[in-house]
Formats: sequence, structure tokens, C-alpha cells
Amino acid sequence: MPGANMKADRRGLLALGAVVVAAAGGGLAYALGRRPALPLGKLGGADLARGHRLRDGDFPAPSVEQEVDLVIAGGGVAGLSAGWRLADAGFTRFQLLELEDEVGGNARSGRNAVSAYPLGAHYLPVANREAKALQYLLRQLGMIAGDADGVPVYDPAQLCADLQERLFWQGRWQEGLIPRTGLTAQDREDLAAFNRAMADFSKRVGSDDKPAFAVPSAYSSRDPALTALDQQDFAAWLDAQGWTSPVLHAHVRYAMRDDYGTEPYAVSAWAGIHYFAARRGWAANGAGENELTWPEGNGRLTARLAGFFPDNIARGHIVHHVARDADQVLVDSFDVAASRTVRTRARAAILAMPHFIATRVCPELGDAKAFSYAPWLVANVTVDRLPGGRGVPLAWDNVSSSSDSLGYVVATHQGPAAITQGTVLTWYLPLSDMEPAAARRLLVERSADEWKRIVSDDLLALHPELDGAIREIALWRWGHAMIRPTPGFLERGQAHQPRPPLFLAHSDLSGLSLFEEAHYHGVRAAEGAMALLHHAHESLL
Amino acid sequence: MAEGDPAHPRFRTSAPAAALLASAFVVSTCGLIYELLASTLASYLLGDSVTQFSTVIGSYLFAMGVGSWCSRYVKRDEVRLFVRVELLIALIGGSSAAALFLLFPLVEHFRVALYGLVLAIGFLVGLEIPLLIRILRGFDFRETVSNVLTFDYVGALVASLLFPLLLMPHLGMIRTGFLFGIANAAVALALLFVLPRAVGYRVEKLAGVLILLGLIAGFVASDRLQRWAEVASYGEPVIYAQTTRFQRIVLTRRDDDLRLYLNGNLQFSSRDEYRYHEALVHPALGRVANPRNVLILGGGDGLAAREVLRHPEVAKLTLVDLDGEMTSLFAHTPTLTHLNRGSLTDKRMTVINADGFRWARENSGQYDAIVVDFPDPVDYSVGKLYTETFYRAVRELLAPGGMMVVQSTSPLVAPNAFWTVASTLEAAGLQTRGYHVYVPSFGEWGFVLASAGAIPDQARILPGGRFLTPTIDQRLFDFPPDMARRPTPVNRLDNQVLVREFADAWGKYEG
Repeated sequence: MPGANMKADRRGLLALGAVVVAAAGGGLAYALGRRPALPLGKLGGADLARGHRLRDGDFPAPSVEQEVDLVIAGGGVAGLSAGWRLADAGFTRFQLLELEDEVGGNARSGRNAVSAYPLGAHYLPVANREAKALQYLLRQLGMIAGDADGVPVYDPAQLCADLQERLFWQGRWQEGLIPRTGLTAQDREDLAAFNRAMADFSKRVGSDDKPAFAVPSAYSSRDPALTALDQQDFAAWLDAQGWTSPVLHAHVRYAMRDDYGTEPYAVSAWAGIHYFAARRGWAANGAGENELTWPEGNGRLTARLAGFFPDNIARGHIVHHVARDADQVLVDSFDVAASRTVRTRARAAILAMPHFIATRVCPELGDAKAFSYAPWLVANVTVDRLPGGRGVPLAWDNVSSSSDSLGYVVATHQGPAAITQGTVLTWYLPLSDMEPAAARRLLVERSADEWKRIVSDDLLALHPELDGAIREIALWRWGHAMIRPTPGFLERGQAHQPRPPLFLAHSDLSGLSLFEEAHYHGVRAAEGAMALLHHAHESLL
Repeated sequence: MAEGDPAHPRFRTSAPAAALLASAFVVSTCGLIYELLASTLASYLLGDSVTQFSTVIGSYLFAMGVGSWCSRYVKRDEVRLFVRVELLIALIGGSSAAALFLLFPLVEHFRVALYGLVLAIGFLVGLEIPLLIRILRGFDFRETVSNVLTFDYVGALVASLLFPLLLMPHLGMIRTGFLFGIANAAVALALLFVLPRAVGYRVEKLAGVLILLGLIAGFVASDRLQRWAEVASYGEPVIYAQTTRFQRIVLTRRDDDLRLYLNGNLQFSSRDEYRYHEALVHPALGRVANPRNVLILGGGDGLAAREVLRHPEVAKLTLVDLDGEMTSLFAHTPTLTHLNRGSLTDKRMTVINADGFRWARENSGQYDAIVVDFPDPVDYSVGKLYTETFYRAVRELLAPGGMMVVQSTSPLVAPNAFWTVASTLEAAGLQTRGYHVYVPSFGEWGFVLASAGAIPDQARILPGGRFLTPTIDQRLFDFPPDMARRPTPVNRLDNQVLVREFADAWGKYEG
């Protein structure tokens, strides 16, 4: 009977209907959710093999001996600044030994067909009035082009071009990094109170007549009322002020992770305030709050520094032992290319390396237990088209309030051309929300593909329009990217200064991983060594 | 009719009947989607969404009625016709959105195409339901009608929910069309393989596979189609559209009015561009004693070059424009070379395709006159071409006594932006004089003359211009109070005040 047939069919019919809908839905879901293949890109980082060899101390005995007046061990910003200071003072009998094949340290850079790009540090804020040595350098480099009424005029081509910063906030890009819309009364009140407090700290002068907070930090006041801030963490200090606005807390967290790779609860309140209150850029034309930046980031500065003394630099030399011999210093370095250890006898030595390495190669320095370092992942993402988004257009620094990354900077923003198509986005992630040692393990153990997936997901969540435009993701792992200014850090730097002819030079000594700090310590060590060796010079400090 | 009549198949197994009902569901879903697509697209292209939705839906339903009525003339072979109709719906409906978008700039009477498609789809869908009921007539009539219509209306609900919630936001119009065409064709093909009557339908099977493949290809290529489709935003018929590495070039023509748009911004209208280009070029060249070596930065359309080359003293002209495809288009297309009188292929001309910002800083030379004709400072990238840094580089390229002129947006709409260009040129160590001209398609437009030395009052203006004469030249330098000079900041790379002022002023002007 047809009727009976039809009834019997009903179940099958519904099932078929369900299959059709499911198939259509599945197809749609597939079309919407399909994941593209991962882009190409290399995995890089500080040379792990050389670093671990240094840790394990597996080097042959010295087979060659040489003599030089002064050895600089380490070719990061501090070592290069020391070399620059020596070269500028006409002191030429020195050698700089660098473990890696390239100098530059955390300011190293990469390059591909589209642009040069930073691998780590990527900008230098306009110098404070007190940063005399730094201004002297910037003048030599032509970055300070002249003066207007006694105020430095920076070369506009070196200053970060407009638009400098934008923040993705509540679905739109807005200029600046602090949200302006959708704020509660509490947010506005707390942000205003915070800004007032920081402005007061910025103007404050300590009992020793020095600025409360300065860059380089060595010029800061040692007024006990101020240094007491170093005894508590920044989050606790903010809480003690009664500021509860989540917008303020999110901004502070961004700032602490950006400069220190560290969460506010682990940052010394002194360092936290230093971030907000120490910058008083001294420049004409309203450039005081701007920064200098280049496609390759601070690689521009380290390359220019190295350019002052190219013949004094030996790359691929792992300094693995430093010891005193009467009033001289013996520096043993392993020459990677020749596979032998060279002993350099010097009248003085500047150890311009992170403190955890310095203590390893020079046992008399004690240990570096009090020094902890933030690990970072940096990804250079080559894209075929520029990121867009609702709201203000692409800036140099682009930050999302809804991502755990610090966002990205655009390499071609400072490039030679006005109009570009593809670019390289340098994406930063400090692994700050776990213990540094665990984060370092994660950094190494998580596969390159997983990291690339994380990077591309983060970018595509922010920029769906970049789907299909990501050409390459080059990863760079920094196990010890920057010193963490944890509470009590102010005293640690001074405690570790050895007696001459050994000198230490590194931003670790300031506890703040800033170009200005490294440069200051390099200059200070170089001038100390020149004084010891009776080389006439006028101090820049 | 007798049971077992080959023309009137009976379905004793559940699968064919189920497949037919499923196809009713898919056909009605797809039908409604096509209808929604046509309405949305018509609203988008023609405006007035109430009218578009109302007329499209009305015509669609009417056409369905016509189809239903016509079904009476189908005497036999209902299954074959049903499958054919379904394939036709897949083909026409699936590609309708893409077709309409692509047709829009090409046809005179877009509505004819629009309603033609709507009527065709409606007719075919209307034909299907009666056919389906007849195919299923072997079953209980009461149930058949109930089932067919139920699936028809449920399909309509599914479509009307999917369309605004999922399809439009995620797939866009063109891809949605193709997706449902694919579903349509897939169901038709499935019927061909499930229905016992369809064993011999080779032609239909082949056609079905071809249509399915075509629609899939369309779906895959829909990104590209979607990009072509944005021509719909131009007010005049588009005669050329091309995306180069750097910009979107669109040429439109209505009667004798040829217009060039770059990234949607009008660059010239052939009706009045002579006013703009004569005013851009001659006041500067007429103030140089002997303009032998001339540089144009920007101006890839060759129109400023046309005016420069009218000066017999000019021995060498260099034009630096970013976009090679742009200069090539204007060098080799007859309509365009007619407009610029072949200036880009003139023997005195050297065309260089480079970024002006980079080129000016990396090259040297001694130019008697420099014409700076860049797009307006709409963003921070183009804004770099209006900075003190850039003007310092250009100043280095000026020969002694040389004169430079900069197109500087509208002094009426954006007076602050206009005078910022002057302040910026002055900060770069140049003396300036602003002037303005009325260009109907642009409005009141401004230029700034700049020179390392004094700028002469008098100019030798070439005879034979359509707009500029020595008397007119003198008048251009008068500014009424609403455009008069005012204190403005200097536009620097690190603080692009010009881009901000320009955006503010034009934002207010355009609402």
C-alpha cells in the first residue's frame, strides 16, 4: 500500500533530511574553519650549543697566548659602547671578543627580501638631559642634527614617524596605548590619579638634589624615601594607593611586560615607577616623548657602534675563563673557527656579558642567584599586505588589549619608501606569567610549528584580513632576554663590582634592560679602564 | 493511469521518494537564497532597499506562479524535466550574484538583467513544485501535498535564517550564490543516481557534473570576483579597473567625461582637468628664466607632463611615479594618450617608476622646475610626501633660480591643511606663495609655489591655454578671507599634522 509505504518512509525521510542539513552545515563549517598550511620561516635564537658548552665548561687548554692592553668580553650594547668610548678617546690597543658570529647582543637584527627587522630591542627613546654620553654618541651618529636655542634637534628621519602607537580596544583601533572610550568613572579617576602621581615623581628631586628617577638610572637619587620603594612590588604599591581600575591595571601590566618582561607583582615598585616617571626626553620640536627607531631596530645602533672599531672585534670567540695574574688579567677564549683556546694577557678586562655568564667565567664574582632573567619569543612575520583594521590606520607599534602578546611593530614604518605593500611585523611575547626557568623550558620544548600557530592565530584574530597573506614566520627564542627588576634589585648591581683591573659592564648592573643603561655601564667601565691605564680622556659621564 | 506505466513511475522503496522530498527542501532553500541575494545586491547597487526587496520578491513570486501555470503543458517525462530544471536553477541561481556584480558596470540597463534573472529563477522554481507533486502522485495525495509543501516552507525558513546570520557575514554575496548553486547541482546529481527512472539520462549526468564543477570553480575564484565587484561604488560606468601592486585604478566614462579614480579618490575629470593642470604647471614654469630641465613627482597620468612639454624651452623632462602599471596605461592606451597627447612617450621624457620619497633622497640633480603632484595626504604613507624631510630633499634638487610647485588640497575645504603645506615648505628653507583655482569637479583647489629665492610677481604664461592667461595668473594669488593665510604648524615625519588636519577638514565637509 502506497500510504503505508509513505509512513514507513517517514523515518528515512527525516534521516535523509538530517543528513542533507548536516552535510551542508559540515561543508560550511569546513569552508569557514579550514586551517591553512603553516607559513615558512626559520627558528633562531642565541646560540644554544655555544651557550651550553660554556655552561658545561668543556674547552681545551690554551694553546696560544697573546697580549693586549684591554679585553672587552662581550659584544652586546655594553661591550660595543665600551669599545666606542675607547676608540673615541684614541685608545686602540684593545680587543672585543664576542661569543656569537654577530655582535649586537639583544639588539641584533635580521633581513629578508622585504625588509630588515629587529630580533629583539627595537627602539631608543629620546635621551634625557642627564644622559650626556648618549647625546654625545647621537650627535656623532648625526641622529641629533643640531640645536635650537640650546635644545637638541633630532633628525626627523630617525624619529619614529607618525602614527606611532595604536591600541586595539573594544573592537576598534585608537591612537595611543591607553584606552579613551568606554571607561567607567572609576577608570577615569584612577588613570588621572595615576598620571598625576607619575608626573609628580617625574618632577621630584631627592634629598641629594638628584632627580628621583633618571635615565641612566645611576643618575637617580638615592634618597632613602625613594629607594624604599624598591622593597615592595609594583602591584602591591598600586593597591596601596587604592587604584582598582582594571583599565589602569591592564595598562601597567602591558608596560611592565613591555620593558621588563615581568608581571607587575614581580616588579620592584621603584622600577615600575621608573618606567613611567624617568623619561624626560630633551628635544626641540616637541619630539621629547618620541623615540628613535629603524627598520632593523637597535641593530642600527649596534652596527654604528661597531663601525667605530671594526678591526678590534673578534667574533666566534667564547670567553670561558677569566682570572687575575698578579696585576694583570688572563682571558681564555675558545676560537670556534680554529677550534682552540687562546689565552689573552691583558692589563685590564671589561666583562660586558650578562651577570649569570660573568659569574660562570670569573668565579671570584660569586654567584648570580639574585639575578633572574625573562624569556621572550620574538616572531618576524612577513606579510604580503599591510594590516588594516577599523579605527585609526596602521601605526609603528600596534598593541591589542585582548591579546597576551605585546602586539607588533612594523619594520617598513621607518623604511626608505613612503608607500609599501608587503612588510615585516615583529611580534613580541614575554613569557612572564610563569617562573622564568619553566618558561625557558616551554620556549625550547614547544615545537616551532606550535609557536608559529600561536603567532599566526594571534595575528589573525586581530587581523582577519591577513588570512592568506602571511608569507613567513621567523621565530627567535630569547632564553635570557632581559634582567628582571624584582624587588631589592637596586642594591644588587653595586654589590658585585670587582676591583680593578676587572670591570663589569652590563645593563644587568642597573637591573633595567635598556640601551641607555648598557651604554652607560659600557662607557663607565671604559673610562675606569682608561684611568687605570693612564690614558688621558675627559669623562662623558 | 495504470500502475506500472513507464511514464508515471511509482516508488516503492523509500530512498527515491526521500531524495525527491529532500530536493524539494534544497530547491526551496536555494530559491529563497537567490531571491534574497538579488534583493540585497539590488539594494547595494541601486539603493532604496525597500523598493528593491519589494519588487524583487514580487517578481519572483509572480514568476513562480507563471512557472506553476506552465507546468500543465508538461505531458510526460516529468523526472527528466525536474532534473533539468534543477540543474538550470543551480547554474543560473548559483552564478547570479557574480553575474550581476560583473554585469553592473558593463550593461546600460542593469534592471533588465536583474529582473530577467529573478524572473528566470522564479519561473524554474515555480515549475518544480507541481512537477514534484506529480512525480510523487503514486503515493497518498494528502500526504504528498503535505510533505512537499512542508519541506518547501521549512526550506524557506532555513534560508531566511542562514542568509543574514551566517552567509552574508562569513561568505559574502558571490560565494553564497555559488555555495547554494553547488548544493542545488549536487541534489540534482544525487537524484540522477538514486532515481530508478534516471538510469539512461547520460546527457543530464554530464551536464550536471559540468555545472557542478563550474560552480565549484566560481566558489574558489569568488575572492577575485568580489574584488572586481567593488566597481559598483562608482557613480559612472566603469570602463577600466585594475588593481596594481600599489593602488586600484578605475577609469569611468559618462558621455565625454572620462574620470580617473585611484583607490576610490577622483584624480581628474576630462571635462575640467585642463584648469587643474594648466594652473599646476604654468605659474611655476613661467617664473623660471629658462626651464630646460623639469622634474615631475607623481602625475603618472601624464597630464601635467603634457602642459610642461608645451614649453619649447624644455629639453628634458623626468617623471617619477610609483606605479609602473599606471604610467604604462597612460603611455599606451589610445583614449588616454589622446588626453595627455602622448606626453609619456615624448622623446624628451624619462619615466622612472620609484617611490618618490626614496627617490628624492637618494638622487641628485639640478632641475629648473619641479612639479609635485601627489595624491592628497589621506594617510600617513602619502603624508610622508608632504613633510619637511621630503621638501628638504626636493630643495636639494632645485637648480639656482628654480621653482617648485606643490598641489596642496583645497584651501576652502581644508584651509589649515593647505597653509600647513606652505609652512612646511618654509621650514624646509623655501620661500612660498600660495594660489588657488576653481576646478568644477574638485571645487576650489590650491597650490603652493616654492623657491630658494624670491618668487617673481610676474609670469610669462604661454599663449594657447584654455584657462590660464597672464591676467588670470595674477588673480590666482588673491585669497578671500575664508581661505586666507593663517598660522599653521610644520608637517614633520614624527608628527604628521597635515594628515590629521586633512582628515578632520574633509571629514566635516563630507559629513
